Amino acid sequence: MEQILFYCFSAVLIFAATMVITVRNPVRAALFLVLAFFTSAGIWLLLEAEFLALTLVLVYVGAVMVLFLFVVMMLDINLSSLQEGFTRYLPLGIIVAALITIEMLAVLDASHFGLDIVSAPAPQPEGYSNTKAIGLLLYTTYVYPFEIASVILTVAIIAAITLTLRDTKSRKAQVVSEQVKVRAEDRVRVVKMKTSKPDNDQEAGS
Amino acid sequence: MIALSDVLTLGAILFSLSVLGIFINRKNIIILLMCVELMLLAVNLNFIAFSHFSGDIGGQIFVFFILTVAAAEAAIGLAILVVLFRNLSTINVSELDRLKG
Repeated sequence: MEQILFYCFSAVLIFAATMVITVRNPVRAALFLVLAFFTSAGIWLLLEAEFLALTLVLVYVGAVMVLFLFVVMMLDINLSSLQEGFTRYLPLGIIVAALITIEMLAVLDASHFGLDIVSAPAPQPEGYSNTKAIGLLLYTTYVYPFEIASVILTVAIIAAITLTLRDTKSRKAQVVSEQVKVRAEDRVRVVKMKTSKPDNDQEAGS
Repeated sequence: MIALSDVLTLGAILFSLSVLGIFINRKNIIILLMCVELMLLAVNLNFIAFSHFSGDIGGQIFVFFILTVAAAEAAIGLAILVVLFRNLSTINVSELDRLKG
């Protein structure tokens, strides 16, 4: 049963990924990417990563993909010029992708990572909470990486806002033309002074 | 029972599909960003598979951080995309050659 579900989810996932890279319309690509994320959340549930599966649906489908759709619909994109070279680079791409797959499968096939080599783990006991296990590890061993992750998110918020801020009055920004126009005389004033010898100074002082 | 090799095979196929996507959609910067997200998904799948089969939950912590960084990356990437479109009114990668000497 578990295996049948896994193969169904895998088929849908591969189909969705193929559609993402081949459809002409970016909105459709984004929607197929939503399908891909949703299907992999199902696969992660089969692999007993419940917390991350729900996080994937919440963060990716709920936030990141909505942001993608928002941006795609906001921009007025000329689709015809973006499809140039689609068939031209297809053979090379297929060769490279096939090589990557063959190389990976040579290492990751059933003779190295099959069920008889890596046996399936025993199912978790009743009452086991994946979220609790992650939380126990995240707030003890990985507490510093966790704080750094929060800093990264803050930096991302500030960067996204400052990049897309339109008005120039309320923010401090470089005026590139002024910077290029500036000459050395505007910044450094060279003052000609008479040099004086130290013993002359002593005479003047005494 | 799901074998580890099945999940790893799926991850490999997903990763190479997104590499193929980067090759054939090399003009459209939005699809390129989506392909990067698919790649990260394939990597996360491998992490979770190894975490499940080795009984070590540290792999899931790693996926958690990858999700965080990927969300930040998508937000900044799309912000750059919006600014780019506002200035050049195109998102064609081949026209972004201002820095060419």
